Amino acid sequence: MQALNRHIHTGWLIIAPLLLMVVALYLGPILNILWLSVTDPEPGFGNYAKLTEGDALIRIVWTTVRICIITTVFSVIFGYSIAYAMVHCHQRQKTYMLTLLLVSFWISILVRTFAWLMLLGRKGLVNVTLEDIGLVAEPIAFMRNELGVLIGMVHYMIPYAVLPLLVSMQSIDQRVMDASRNLGASGSQTFWRVYLPMTMPGLVASTLLVFILSLGFYVTPAVLGGGKVLMVAEYISVQLLVTLKWGTAAMLAAIMLFGVLAMLWIMSRFMKLSTVFGGAAR
Amino acid sequence: MKPGLFSFFNRVGAWVLLLFLVTPALIAIPVSLTPKRFLSMPQGEYSLRHFEKLFTSEEWLSSFFQSGVIALSCSALATLLGTLCAIGLWRVSSRYSELVRAFLLLPLIIPQIISAMAFYRLWIPLGLLDSYAGLILAHTILAAPMVLITVSASLATFDPKLEQASKNLGASNWTTMRRVILPSIRPGVFAGALFAFILSWDEIVVTLFISKYSVYTLPRRMWNGIRENTDPTVAAAAVILIAITLIAFAVSAILSRRNAPAQAE
Repeated sequence: MQALNRHIHTGWLIIAPLLLMVVALYLGPILNILWLSVTDPEPGFGNYAKLTEGDALIRIVWTTVRICIITTVFSVIFGYSIAYAMVHCHQRQKTYMLTLLLVSFWISILVRTFAWLMLLGRKGLVNVTLEDIGLVAEPIAFMRNELGVLIGMVHYMIPYAVLPLLVSMQSIDQRVMDASRNLGASGSQTFWRVYLPMTMPGLVASTLLVFILSLGFYVTPAVLGGGKVLMVAEYISVQLLVTLKWGTAAMLAAIMLFGVLAMLWIMSRFMKLSTVFGGAAR
Repeated sequence: MKPGLFSFFNRVGAWVLLLFLVTPALIAIPVSLTPKRFLSMPQGEYSLRHFEKLFTSEEWLSSFFQSGVIALSCSALATLLGTLCAIGLWRVSSRYSELVRAFLLLPLIIPQIISAMAFYRLWIPLGLLDSYAGLILAHTILAAPMVLITVSASLATFDPKLEQASKNLGASNWTTMRRVILPSIRPGVFAGALFAFILSWDEIVVTLFISKYSVYTLPRRMWNGIRENTDPTVAAAAVILIAITLIAFAVSAILSRRNAPAQAE
C-alpha cells in the first residue's frame, strides 16, 4: 500500500467507485451502440448508406436540425433579453426575476407539456379566448404541427439559455461601458461594439447548450407534435420499442453523439464546461 | 450605461417572458377542478372529485410511492458516490483528474434518448429491466454529475490549509473528512442531494425505456395520462407536483439563506 501511494494519489480510491460505475454501466453500452451501428444487421456501413437511399430518414434528420436551430435562435434571443435585464436592475427586482426563472426551471417537464396540451388544443384556452374576443373565426392549429413543438421547446429551453449568459454578463466590468460612453460612443454603439462582443463567450456557450439539449429532446415533440412532426429522438424510440431495429437507431444515435461531442469541444474553447452548468472546478 | 428607453423596454419584455415561463403551468389548477369526467375547463361549477380519485386510486398511490422510493435511493446513492468523487478529484487536482471530471459530466449532457438506449441495451442481458434496481442505478448515473458539480463548487471555496492543519494536529484521514471537510461543504452536498432527488423524481425518457409493468413511476403514469388525454386525474396530479415543486423551492431558498450568513462569518 505504501509503495502504491507513492505512485498513485490516494484520492483516486474515492474517485474509483463512481468512475468504474459510469465506465461499466454507461460508457460500455454506448460504445456497444456505436459498434452496433456498423455491425447490425450485417457488418459494413449499410446503416449509414440508408441516409442516402430514399428520403424518409433524411427528412427526419432535417426536421430535427431545423426545429433545433429555430428553437435555439428564439431561446437565446429571449434568454439574452432576460439576462440583460437581470444584470441591469436593482438587487430586489433581480431576486424576484431569478425566483421566477428557477421556479420555471424546476416545474416538471410533464406538467408543462400537459399545460400546453390544455392551452393549445383546438378547444384549448388560447383558441377559445381568441374566438370569444372575435380575433379569429376558425381555431388556429397550434398542435400536431411544428408551431406547437416550437412553442413547447422554446418555453423549456429559455432558462437553459439564460444561465450561461448570466454568468458571462455578471463578470463584465461596468466601467468599460462608461469608458466607451465617455469616449463619445452612443448607447447603441456601446452595446453593439463593446458589450455584445464581451458577452460572446456566454452567447456561444448558451447557443451550443440549447442546441445540444434540443437535439435529443423527446417529450415535447412527441406530445405536441402528435405524430405529425417526427424528430430523431422519437424515431429512435419507435425503432427500438416497436420495430426492434437496432441498426438504424444505433446509426442515428451515433451521428447525434458525434455531433454533440463536436459541439462540446467547440464550447470548451469558449468557456469552462463546469461553469456552464453553474458549478466551478478549482 | 444610463438606463435609457431601450433598457426600460427590455426590462418590461423580460418580465413578460418570465411570466410566460411560469404561468402556463397554472392552467392545471382550473382543469383539475372540473366536475366533468373528461379534461375540460370548469363552467361555473367546481369539484374536488379528481383529487379524491387521485388519493384513493391504488394505481396513482403506488406510483407516488414507487417514485418516492426510487428518487430517495437514487439521491442517497448519487450523493454518496458524487461527494466522494468530488473530494477525490479535488485532492488529486491534476491534468488526469480534470479529464476524469469532464468525462463524468457527460451523462448530464449526452441526449437522454441516447442514455435511454444505452441503459436499455445493457439492462436486457443483466435482467435489470422493469426493476427497482435498474431504475435506481440508471437514475444514479444520470444524477451523480449534479452532485459532483455542486460539491465541487463548495470545495472551490474551502481552504486546503484547513485539511493540512487537521492532519498536522494528528487527525486521521477519516476524522479529517468527517469533522473538517464534510461540515464545510455541507451546502453543496445538500444542494446535490436535492437536485439528484428532483432529477430522478421527474425522469421520464430513460424510465419509458427501462420500465414496463411492475415498476410504474409517477412520470410514467402522467405520461400515459397525457397520451390518453381524457382523464382529469392527470390535472390533479399536475397540481400536486406544482405544489411539491414550490415547497421544495421554498425549503432550498430558506436553507441557502441560512447558510449564506454562516459562510460570511
